[in-house]
Amino acid sequence: MADKTIELSTRSEVKKIFETMEYGPAPEASNVAKAWLQQHENVLGHFINGEWYKPSNRKTYTTNSPATDEVLATTIQGEEEDINYAVKCAREAFKSWSTLAPHTRARYLYAIARNVQKHHRLLAVMESLDNGKSIRETRDCDIPLVARHFYHHAGWAQLMEDEMNGWKPVGVVGAVVPWNFPLMLLTWKVCPALAMGNTVVLKPATYTRLSALLFAEICHEAGLPPGVFNVVTGNGAFGSMLATHADVDKVAFTGSTPVGQTLRRLTAGSGKKLSLELGGKSPIIVMENADLDSTVEGIVDAIWFNQGQVCSAGSRLLVQENIYEDLISRLKERLGHFRLGHSLDKTIDMGPIVSESQLKTIQEYVDDARKEGADVFQAPVNNQVPSNGYYYPPTLITNVQTVSKVVREEIFGPVLVALPFRTAKEAQALGNNTNYGLAASVWSENLSTALELAVSIKAGAVWVNSHNMFDAAAGFGGYKESGFGRDGGKEGLFEYVRPSWEERPRPQAIEVDMKTFGANYGGSLMPAPGQGNLKQNGNAPLVDHTYKVYYGGAQKRPDGSYSRPVFSSTDPSSIIAYVSDSNRKDVRNAVEAAHKAAPGWGKRASHNRAQIVYYMAENLEMRRDEIAQRLMNFTGQSLESAYEEVDTSVQRLFYWGAYADKYGGTVQETTLYGCTVCIREPVGVIGIACPDENPLLGFVSLFAPAVIRANCVVIVPSEKYPIPALDLYQIFDTSDLPGGVVNILSGSRDHLTKYLTEHQHVDAMWYFGTVEGSKFVEFSSAENVKRTWVNYGINRNWSCSKEGQGEEFLYHATQCKNIWLPMGVTYAN
Amino acid sequence: MAYNPGINLDLEWVQKTAINLPAVNRRAATLPTKRTVKKAWQAAWLLRAVTCIDLTTLSGDDTFSNVQRLCYKAKHPIRDDLLEAMGMHDAGITVGAVCVYPSRVPDAVKSLKDAGKSYVPIASVATGFPAGQTPLATRIEEIKMAIEMGATEIDIVISRTKALHGDWQEIYDEVSACKKACGEGVHMKTILGTGDLGTLTNVYKASLVAMMAGSDFIKTSTGKEGVNATLPVGLVMVRAIRDYYHKTGYKVGFKPAGGIRSAKDACTWLALMKEELGNDWLNNQLFRIGASSLLTDIERQLYHYVTGRYAAAHQLPMA
Repeated sequence: MADKTIELSTRSEVKKIFETMEYGPAPEASNVAKAWLQQHENVLGHFINGEWYKPSNRKTYTTNSPATDEVLATTIQGEEEDINYAVKCAREAFKSWSTLAPHTRARYLYAIARNVQKHHRLLAVMESLDNGKSIRETRDCDIPLVARHFYHHAGWAQLMEDEMNGWKPVGVVGAVVPWNFPLMLLTWKVCPALAMGNTVVLKPATYTRLSALLFAEICHEAGLPPGVFNVVTGNGAFGSMLATHADVDKVAFTGSTPVGQTLRRLTAGSGKKLSLELGGKSPIIVMENADLDSTVEGIVDAIWFNQGQVCSAGSRLLVQENIYEDLISRLKERLGHFRLGHSLDKTIDMGPIVSESQLKTIQEYVDDARKEGADVFQAPVNNQVPSNGYYYPPTLITNVQTVSKVVREEIFGPVLVALPFRTAKEAQALGNNTNYGLAASVWSENLSTALELAVSIKAGAVWVNSHNMFDAAAGFGGYKESGFGRDGGKEGLFEYVRPSWEERPRPQAIEVDMKTFGANYGGSLMPAPGQGNLKQNGNAPLVDHTYKVYYGGAQKRPDGSYSRPVFSSTDPSSIIAYVSDSNRKDVRNAVEAAHKAAPGWGKRASHNRAQIVYYMAENLEMRRDEIAQRLMNFTGQSLESAYEEVDTSVQRLFYWGAYADKYGGTVQETTLYGCTVCIREPVGVIGIACPDENPLLGFVSLFAPAVIRANCVVIVPSEKYPIPALDLYQIFDTSDLPGGVVNILSGSRDHLTKYLTEHQHVDAMWYFGTVEGSKFVEFSSAENVKRTWVNYGINRNWSCSKEGQGEEFLYHATQCKNIWLPMGVTYAN
Repeated sequence: MAYNPGINLDLEWVQKTAINLPAVNRRAATLPTKRTVKKAWQAAWLLRAVTCIDLTTLSGDDTFSNVQRLCYKAKHPIRDDLLEAMGMHDAGITVGAVCVYPSRVPDAVKSLKDAGKSYVPIASVATGFPAGQTPLATRIEEIKMAIEMGATEIDIVISRTKALHGDWQEIYDEVSACKKACGEGVHMKTILGTGDLGTLTNVYKASLVAMMAGSDFIKTSTGKEGVNATLPVGLVMVRAIRDYYHKTGYKVGFKPAGGIRSAKDACTWLALMKEELGNDWLNNQLFRIGASSLLTDIERQLYHYVTGRYAAAHQLPMA
């Protein structure tokens, strides 16, 4: 028979294993990945303009495998001139890439997808070696998703003219991505960017540069033109240099919230687009009627996928009190057979942490919890792991509460905290009791319960009876301090385009003192009499009209009880009226009123919101003559143009009324068997500072898209000509608009903008004012990662339908939540 | 061997069951990707799988000669030279049992006696296998006759009619009656016919009721339903076994049957048992695989392990 005889040692081994039935090592070979590195003599440069680029005299960074601390390769620490060169190449490539026929761009993306599949195993092994994540995950999750993203976006490239009509590419995209899914997350930026006709300069994370560089070479071999996709390596400061490079038009970032905030501040006032996909502390909500054994596996997927180094990791386990003990004991039993080991071992659940410093951070968090008196349960796994790697066992912390650091902060490791709750309502409150809003999962066999929770949790992705499912057809991204913008889906494309009519704003670089901007009440104009001649009407005084502030559905005296003069446009010395001069307390009150109104307004049927806006149009039309007359008087425009502004405002109300029930979302065509539903939810409470031009139309054009999409607004009308907007509150009152949905504060635009932007409970700020104000809003919004929309001091033509309405407004008025609903009961007959 | 005296029917426990199929499918799909055994480990695991096989023939055309061939194979499941090469020639490797129709039990008794040396149990299906659509009295009688003829294990079927109607009390009563007919010395495996049960929730409920009624093993299928032993079904059943063990302290065995043909499948099922129930369930006292062609594929794999070459079918003795 045999030409091979088994060695004696193996013979006794079989017998021993037959008795013990233990698992053995099942290593994935790393020889091809290492051969590729050796082909480059284990020294990798940047990949710019379709070739390797190794400038001399650069510092280097040595990449290690977290599994064994073995040295893999040396990469270079880039310097500013490297960025300049890469951006220059990307800019040059943009000229031709952006003008290619959509079909041609589609072919390139398709070719990349094909080439990723051809080199699937090599990419999977490289990623596993470099990052420490298990080969099973890179093989079955990361790399298939990379290919899937390219296929999906090849489609968007093909369909751009039809599906993204009215939009054009942004230019050069600077992408900065983290180490937890090095290749997958860069794909999430590169795919939509290239599909929409942009070119990219990418900076991978310091710990994990290899797969990006390998991928760049693969793209080159797939025929991607030089300069379309460039990879540069360097440290954090180098990433900031890329973000702030004047010729980078858009910064796409995935990473930690603090770094995202820094990028927001660094790019403030530059006219660059920005999308941030940041941290999370996502809840797993388990209701009493859940399938508990399946939930346990779901928890494993939620928190121990990729060692818990997942921004959407389910790190807060919220369990209904009456099943809490049962679930926790099942979970502990599950951890009893958890396997930790070398990332290339095919028989592990979890690999090492990415780096020694990350490991230390995790240890500190858990030590901290122990000191607090929490119960820390760790799976008994440490004897299985290689001695030099950065391993941390899966950890479950109980006996903690909402005040604990481990409950509030993102740990970014395999650490789960568990808290009990009593009712679905309390689960919702606990779920939302966090600065973050990236993801959540809901476990219940009751559809009504699961759906209501899914809708009420403020997060960009909610998985029902599952966790951590991703697909190119569904956008991924956060609410609140988890960032803004989406990666994937049609919703993700908007991060890489701008309206066709618009040029990239390149505002003058100016210094703005963020402490003093708008800080001085009465700074722009003293709220006092005697600053001009009050217009009189013959001998008898006019019946005096008192313009108050308007919030919570009622006219209120301003907190400070000061009034500011409004001057005539034709005669600046002539005072037409006095209006209330609002201060920060009015902002506080108005925001409170808006939040009070928001839940009810959100629950109204869209039809009802539409009816109210149409009714406003009806009432505005009734007062057409009077309002046109006043517009003419205040702004000095001709009566004809005043009529036009009123008529366009009526039209615009109709336009937005129409959209009240036509932009609620879509069913996403993901790979899930079931439904992935994209709901376009309101952003929340939006602060709006209106432009001075078109005091009526500008106001209408901004508040209407916000409120029809169920937002509530605190809106500052034109500072110069506030009265046409203030006149509208009578119309609101007669149009059944619930109190608190639109709140109007007259006064100094920049003073009120300051307090709106600095208000932690204002979810977005739209600002149409000066260059300085725009920079201030973007800079200050970083504190709670508000969404912003600013004009960099550039006026738009509100009467033009392209500029004054359209999808851009809907984009700003909504945020996408994708709810994943797996389905199925049929497995046999 | 597993022995489960059963408990009173606890309908509240049965009724509160909720099984989520998509989530079960996910676990079942990823489990084989999370655990694998290679080289010596694979060989040892496959040998262990051999000892858990209920080597089965359940056909209308079964006669003495093919039953005899099966029984001889049961006692010599892997070629002696291969066992020797792995140092396992003296480990007493036989399959877990042979499994036949009641009328073929005497053939099996004679053949196994003729084949000499080690002991291999004889399992007989009974109770109107595979549909169970015969009166209870004849089903009970069938069990008794099979035992009289020499069967030491009985594989019964539950009434799917009653399961689909939710008549759990009646199923409990029938299975209890069968258990009584088996007595303490004969081990009873209860086939749920999971392919007929409609939902995984029913699979879980049927598992619980069968265990409460005293089944020593629960078994997926007869091999005659449209869907047989799939991993999702197995996962649900072993989870029920775990729950039952935690609540009662009784260890109930598990037997997937039907459709398990490859050596890789066998390792996956072992991994499922190890992961969900632990090492106690990794032997033929608590785990059986109902199969006929599986053994050949395992032998082929072991041939490759020993020789480094892939075997031709004719090189391995057919069952």
